[in-house]
Amino acid sequence: MSKLGTLGAKLYNGEVGYDFIGKRKLWYGVSILITITAIVGLVVRGLNMGIEFEGGAVFTTPKTTVSAAKAEEYAEKASGHDAIVQELGNGGLRIQVAGVDTAKSDQIADELSKDMNIPADKINADLVGPSWGETIANKAWQGLAIFMVLVVIYLAIAFEWRMALAALIALIHDITITVGVYALVGFEVTPGTVIGLLTILGYSLYDTVVVFDSLKEQTKGIEKQTRWTYSDIANRSINGTLVRSINTTVVALLPVAGLLFIGGGFLGAGMLNDISLSLFVGLAAGAYSSIFIATPLVADLKEREPKMKALKKRVLAKRAAASAQADSGPVVGHQAEGEFADEPEDAAPAGAGPRNQPTSRGRGRGRPSGKRR
Amino acid sequence: MATPKKSRGAGAQSKPGRALSLIVIVMVALVGGMFISGTFTPRLGIDLAGGTSITLQAKNEPGKPNAINKTNMDTAADIINRRVNGMGVSEAEVQTQGNDNIIVNIPRGTNQKQAREQVGTTAQLYFRPVLTVAAGAPAAENSASPSPSASSGDKATGKPTDKATDKAGQQATDGSSASATPSATSQGRAVTDGLKADATPSAGASDKPSAKASDKPAASPTPDKATSALQKKFTELDCTDKAARTTVNEGAKPSDTIIACGEDAPGQWSKYILGPSEVNGKDVKKSQAVINQQSAQWVVNMEFTGSGSKKFAAITSKLSAQQSPMNQFAIVLDGDVVSAPSVRTTLSSNAEISGNFNQQSAQDLANVLSYGALPLTFHEQSVTSVTAALGGEQLHAGLIAGAIGLALVVIYLVVYYRGLSIVALASLLTSAILTYTLMTLLGPAIGFALNLPAVCGAIVAIGITADSFIVFFERIRDEIREGRSVRPAVERAWPRARRTILVSDFVSFLAAAVLYIVTVGKVQGFAFTLGLTTLLDVVVVFLFTKPLMTILARGKFFSGGHKWSGLDPKRLGVQPPLRRTRRAARPVDPKEA
Repeated sequence: MSKLGTLGAKLYNGEVGYDFIGKRKLWYGVSILITITAIVGLVVRGLNMGIEFEGGAVFTTPKTTVSAAKAEEYAEKASGHDAIVQELGNGGLRIQVAGVDTAKSDQIADELSKDMNIPADKINADLVGPSWGETIANKAWQGLAIFMVLVVIYLAIAFEWRMALAALIALIHDITITVGVYALVGFEVTPGTVIGLLTILGYSLYDTVVVFDSLKEQTKGIEKQTRWTYSDIANRSINGTLVRSINTTVVALLPVAGLLFIGGGFLGAGMLNDISLSLFVGLAAGAYSSIFIATPLVADLKEREPKMKALKKRVLAKRAAASAQADSGPVVGHQAEGEFADEPEDAAPAGAGPRNQPTSRGRGRGRPSGKRR
Repeated sequence: MATPKKSRGAGAQSKPGRALSLIVIVMVALVGGMFISGTFTPRLGIDLAGGTSITLQAKNEPGKPNAINKTNMDTAADIINRRVNGMGVSEAEVQTQGNDNIIVNIPRGTNQKQAREQVGTTAQLYFRPVLTVAAGAPAAENSASPSPSASSGDKATGKPTDKATDKAGQQATDGSSASATPSATSQGRAVTDGLKADATPSAGASDKPSAKASDKPAASPTPDKATSALQKKFTELDCTDKAARTTVNEGAKPSDTIIACGEDAPGQWSKYILGPSEVNGKDVKKSQAVINQQSAQWVVNMEFTGSGSKKFAAITSKLSAQQSPMNQFAIVLDGDVVSAPSVRTTLSSNAEISGNFNQQSAQDLANVLSYGALPLTFHEQSVTSVTAALGGEQLHAGLIAGAIGLALVVIYLVVYYRGLSIVALASLLTSAILTYTLMTLLGPAIGFALNLPAVCGAIVAIGITADSFIVFFERIRDEIREGRSVRPAVERAWPRARRTILVSDFVSFLAAAVLYIVTVGKVQGFAFTLGLTTLLDVVVVFLFTKPLMTILARGKFFSGGHKWSGLDPKRLGVQPPLRRTRRAARPVDPKEA
């Protein structure tokens, strides 16, 4: 792990780094591809809605010796849907099955009566309405919409509208992917799933906000220098927060992976799987989108600004000039390890050779600059 | 939120012990609270703990043959859902079954009796003018007035609410006979007076009645019979008998004149003859249980809708001009008189129901009124206990998986952050204790129940909590990479980490708050959990992680940059020989970056 520690240092110092911004087109492409797959999956296969959303049938049996687990097996075999089985106070069972109409429910009742050895007329079959109902689901969507509007407003105030827009796009991207995976895998959508999805929203944005916060800080006073373009700094702030992003994602994913693989492995499909799958996919997508989508989008939008365009021009001009006269000096490679206004120079590893000092030294943080050396 | 005050960082840094002892006190208090309340585990939702299943069947009512349809059933299910979930955190489930059943599943540990009362209450709320009042049991006094005068009697059975213009010659008779009424009214309790009283409006002091009392007795040409029947019923009614109370109003329409009972004090009943409904439950916008400052008793406050306010103003201005007992209006809930206040002035947008309430019953009534009346009447068909739908093994597997996941997290943190992981783990532990105790205490307090999704949410919350101090740790390490020694690094890292944590937690909290306000049922319960964990995250980071870090940074292990401290400059890529000693000697620089 100490390697990761030094990697962290190198990332922080800009010694190593991945050019997220430069290769953004590639990642946009990847995301578009995933999104299209998700949408196709959604359209072609559709979502497998649970009983809570579309209603179904409830079978009530008289007192029986068949265990709840066994009955669940029978019911799932007979219907092809997930079944929920509860024992009633009188020793009977209540078996709920999603997506069943009257004809189908009669057939299931027949099969259940054979499997469970109960006379068919003793099994009481009833259709149930969606307990979660359209109202509740609709309200959840409505809440989501209001939240998105508010969060965009908040981010636009706390940061700026470009970041708000990018965060929103990343968020929608995450939701699409998660829902798409659901359609493709074919798990039943239960209230648990929806709640898992809602959890992701907060988390995905949380991640994005942390990167944006660093970006905002690092680009303070960007126009006063001519070394870096906005994209360069955006790339640096992604790399600088990369270790944090990896750590937080690992820490969040580990328990969820535990739920998904270990918990699910013990029990096969079930509520735990439903929830942890949506969480797992969503958390991973959230981490991915905050790095590969949200920040590059901000950089893209930002570079359209005349101010930033002008800056880019100045920077490029300066670099061209520098490379013209730097054939002799060991300046090569400094672009990667240099730092922006905010950092003291001693962070760079010794042995990196002579360094290009930015002419502006407005970074003493209140210290008399004499003390630094 | 995004730009915290500078002074705070300095304050927290100078007295880290205070914050730590504060949070310890809070934890001790919460654990103590658990002992006092006697509950040591959070209440589980119905999917994990099972509970009670109530089947309600819609009753056919006379005069409403097609009332039982899908729309009404769905509306009823929605209203019942809101009622049983009050705060939206109790995880009760409501669904329609078949054509005329509604199943309500209530998790174990809920106050079942109360819940059953709430789901079944139809909450047909009417404000009716009081025509007469008598003691609840049949008394000699009442039976002493056997026959009301015919003319005034008309009115009582008639339909005074109909605002048709005067129609019949009979009207005139009504008026004249009624003019005599006020004098009789002083006796107050006699049935005849009461029945006459209805006629009073047409001739009484106030002029409203002329509009109001343009009854159509003409339409009911044989009032005598009806009146005497009503009166007989009233005389015979024994309010202390529950069966009699429920049957007396059966089939009555809001526009009818009815007889009803009201309990003034436990066991003490009054009976009333009440005029047609003037304002009903649909006119109530919001309702809330409060303590009346003057009487120090629980009352239910209602706020009317726009049209409700107008109607209410009309009835109160009319009633305020009357004499006792006709200056009262009765608040009738499902056929029972909850309260019959007398009116002195015209009121409009607000009303207060006072009555024989305690905190619970006032809140129940407010809850029922707020969410509206059920469109149908239900009777309880069966009540049975049900086991957990998911079975214990799901929770069990979830907890095992969660524990394994947590162990992996711990290993990861220890390997990566070394000594710092002590701070991380202690923070996680604090957060866990706070979350657990709060959830446990909120069970009895507001009916909070934890279902499987919420358990998963809590497991994910580990990640969100960890996020905050990972942000902080990475900041500290960045500062050390810049060549600072540990103590100043901690203090300089804090303001920046704090801002990041607050901004991102605010986003999480916003999500939770919006969902909590907008949605109902399980989503609301989840939003509550999310909001709670987010708030606790902020509390833990501010009052625990940061102060602990400040204290530890004073110790040699961390400030010396021990190999295992997680803050070893060498590991972080700093070349140690540079100015380390001089830097350490420099006073802490609290200036914000």
